[in-house]
Amino acid sequence: MPATISVSDVRKAYGDVAAVDGVSFEVEQGEFFGILGPNGAGKTTTLEIVEGLRKPDSGAVTVLGLPAWPRNAELLPRIGVQLQASSFFERLTAREQIRTFASLYGVPATNADDMLETVGLTEQGGLRTEKLSGGQAQRLSIACALVHDPELLFLDEPTGALDPQARRNLWDLLRQISSSGRTVVLTTHHMDEAELLCDRVAIMDHGKILKAGPPAALVRELDQPLRISVQSGLVSGEQAAVLAGADKPAGLAGSGPGEPAGQVTDDGVSLSIATSDPATVLSGLARADALAGLRVQGATLEDVFLSLTGREYRA
Amino acid sequence: MRGGGFTSLSRAMFLGFVRDRAALIFSILLPVLFLVFFGSIYKNSSASRLNLVTVGRVELLQQARRADPGLARVLTISHSRSEGAALAAVRKGTDDAAVLQRGNTLVLRFSIADQTKAGLVNSVLGSIVQDANQAASGQPPRFRLAASQVEDKSLKPIQYFTPGLLGWALASGAAFGAAITLVSWRENKLLRRLRLAPVGIGSIVTARIGIAVAIGLIQMAVFLAIATLPYFGLRLTSAWWMAIPLVVCGILAFMSIGLLVGAIAKTQQAATAIANLIILPMAFLGGAFIPLDFAPSWVREASYVMPLRYLVTGMQDVMARGEGPASALPAIGVLLGFTLVVSAIAVRMFRWDDI
Repeated sequence: MPATISVSDVRKAYGDVAAVDGVSFEVEQGEFFGILGPNGAGKTTTLEIVEGLRKPDSGAVTVLGLPAWPRNAELLPRIGVQLQASSFFERLTAREQIRTFASLYGVPATNADDMLETVGLTEQGGLRTEKLSGGQAQRLSIACALVHDPELLFLDEPTGALDPQARRNLWDLLRQISSSGRTVVLTTHHMDEAELLCDRVAIMDHGKILKAGPPAALVRELDQPLRISVQSGLVSGEQAAVLAGADKPAGLAGSGPGEPAGQVTDDGVSLSIATSDPATVLSGLARADALAGLRVQGATLEDVFLSLTGREYRA
Repeated sequence: MRGGGFTSLSRAMFLGFVRDRAALIFSILLPVLFLVFFGSIYKNSSASRLNLVTVGRVELLQQARRADPGLARVLTISHSRSEGAALAAVRKGTDDAAVLQRGNTLVLRFSIADQTKAGLVNSVLGSIVQDANQAASGQPPRFRLAASQVEDKSLKPIQYFTPGLLGWALASGAAFGAAITLVSWRENKLLRRLRLAPVGIGSIVTARIGIAVAIGLIQMAVFLAIATLPYFGLRLTSAWWMAIPLVVCGILAFMSIGLLVGAIAKTQQAATAIANLIILPMAFLGGAFIPLDFAPSWVREASYVMPLRYLVTGMQDVMARGEGPASALPAIGVLLGFTLVVSAIAVRMFRWDDI
């Protein structure tokens, strides 16, 4: 069975700027795939090439076994595309909007109304799209992309300008869409979003894919020490240093770019211990009855980005 | 599926138009206000009367009125006791001229403040004196003048400026509608979204043309309904229905201008400005606001390159001048040719998105 999406060595330049610089990846059927990176990394151009909106300068893209370029009328009913919250007809209500899109695909109005229900906008059906909140407009936009029941769904920065509550609501919807067996490709600059939603992510920067894989595996591969912190003043700095295994040989310390294992910091509010051996540290703290305010933090995709590029991640 | 795309797109575009108050005002209400305004101003201009004030007994004038009762329709005569008061009334403009008779001389004092009336009163009284001389000679008149206007008897200014204003309304409606739709759909990426839906470009374009033509025919119906009210008194001549294909071709021509503007402009503001820059001078120089018959010769010559000229004069010919249906064909040909050339350029300049 061929991959749902296959991209090999795609390049696209605007003038002297290489927006996409030799990108290759595959997406399997049913996968939730994320393209992750800061703004200007080339995510959107990559997505547009896969969608068939742009012709790559070189390289090959097949979608559902068919070439993505030129525009293929056979492919279009099988893919759903969500571009932007504001890509609507002017002055139509939410219901008129989705029914219009439905009829472009030959889908009856009842299916459109059902889809409106699925994204929780039945009550807002009579509202003009200009009057919808950012989150509602985004959900309508996704509903319009899904109304013809496509096998493959593309989402470009779906949570871009949303408040935290609306983002969380949208994540629930996206998980629901993915669990129905569809293949979903999403671009985002939110690391936490990619980590939460995606089965696999490709981290992009300067038009290149730096690394791809399941988020948890990428983080684990980093082998960065955990950061355990408790309230200040419960244990002394020396005790903490012993617990952290500072006396252990350096070889056991993590190789990641974060704090070296064994480092202890105390800012007067919390005392933090970086360690690759959390069991020892935690049991030591428990024996000293010093677990108040306990927090354990692992590495995140942001740390992966930092280790790959040598710079802080800024969306 | 294609048919579904066409009807639903048409429906979406039509709802978008009728719910857009600014567009409704701009394309229907404003031109109608112009029509009502000009219609009221020029309503009485063809039935202008002369007010004469006489001092003392003016035998010649009374003779003339007895000989030609029709004179009463042109002249309103009042009397004044003194010459001074009569001249003051003429200076003030209450009366158009003062008339008195001294022996065999008819004395006429007029003001040149209104040159048309000054000329009119001179020629009317001149002909009265001439008729009196002729009668005094005792000979029957040898020559006779038979004068009648070439147009329908009912011809009033409304016959001229209804097609003019309608042409301007149609031109700006079609051009602005096409330009702004194209730019705003590109701006909000709807154009790209539609490109990824299984609808042909043909469906999108024909739906837009269908809506533009429907809007244009509504404009035309509203215009004709108002102008033919007895108050304004537009009388359509027999081949007026030929204005319908003319209007359709005019809309195609101005939509092609709109598409070209939409292909060039990056923002809606720019599209509005460029479209104004094209349509407004055309309205003044192409015979929409100022009838070409009264325009200076350079305007008349310039008007030949403006598509609006062909739409307006074509409509005047069949709606007001009483010419046959075939008289609109050259205008239709020019408008269609213009459409072909301009839309070919627009297609070459067309972009799906901004990058």
